[in-house]
Amino acid sequence: MRDFYGVTLASPLMLGTAQYPSPAVMERAFRASGASVATVSLRREAGQGQSFGEIIRGLGVHVLPNTAGCHSAREAITTAQMAREMFETNWIKLEVIGHADTLQPDPFGLVEAAEALIADGFEVFPYTTEDQVLAQRLVDAGCRVLMPWGAPIGSGLGLNNRYGLKTLRAAFPDIPLVVDAGLGLPSHAAEAMEMGYDAVLLNTAVAQAGDPAAMAEAFGLAVRAGALARRADPMEPRDMAAPSTPVIGKAWL
Amino acid sequence: MKIEVNGETREITATTVAGALQELGWGEARVATALNGSFLPAAARAGQKLRDGDRLEVLAPMQGG
Repeated sequence: MRDFYGVTLASPLMLGTAQYPSPAVMERAFRASGASVATVSLRREAGQGQSFGEIIRGLGVHVLPNTAGCHSAREAITTAQMAREMFETNWIKLEVIGHADTLQPDPFGLVEAAEALIADGFEVFPYTTEDQVLAQRLVDAGCRVLMPWGAPIGSGLGLNNRYGLKTLRAAFPDIPLVVDAGLGLPSHAAEAMEMGYDAVLLNTAVAQAGDPAAMAEAFGLAVRAGALARRADPMEPRDMAAPSTPVIGKAWL
Repeated sequence: MKIEVNGETREITATTVAGALQELGWGEARVATALNGSFLPAAARAGQKLRDGDRLEVLAPMQGG
């Protein structure tokens, strides 16, 4: 099993902490999902930050701070430095956003920030596209995890480019890969795991569900099912039918 | 002096970042700071002098995806 900078995760589910109806609902969703990683952010302290920090520490999962909302390498680097001190971890989910509508990564700023952060001792989880050349540049920069998007953040569209995601899996057999963003249903998460991805990261699909805890449990089951199916070596699909019941011995009627 | 704290102009008497945090009610809080766009580690706050017009960001853990 591929590890994440030396850490083996108990569950391949990484769950966001935003957009829940209440902190209590978020805690229930985490417990129901069995998620092993929680993503968090840093924002201007306006009174709620201290209690939220305590809730996060109480979840008992690995904390993965993000640089969400950063539109330049410089901004992302400074945010990462602040996050490292606040959350006492070298892990950083590196987001350098390149477009306001699609929230797609800025590949140039992403590589620039990844190089600087890795030189500074960070363990970078880059939010990237499924572009193979960009992925190689990130690996060359020292990234030992890649997190290609499934679809734009918060869209719930699932795996938009299955070909690209499969190609990436084949191209980087030794690098842990996480589908990050765009998942809307547990079946999307299961499919990513069936493709051989090592984990999925999602937030909105659980937080905005009518029953977040139930949806969190569904995602937890889906990633387990998908990972088990991958290990079980699925059959090859074929275009024509092939009878599963033996033809020999059928009665002459 | 007047400095900008999280985007708002504040009048303070403190002369260091550590002093300003104390004065603004964040003496015991777990926060991360940036001064004029650059990360300022907690250990450097006591020795970091403030100047009129400085821009201080005081951040805390928040929900994130």
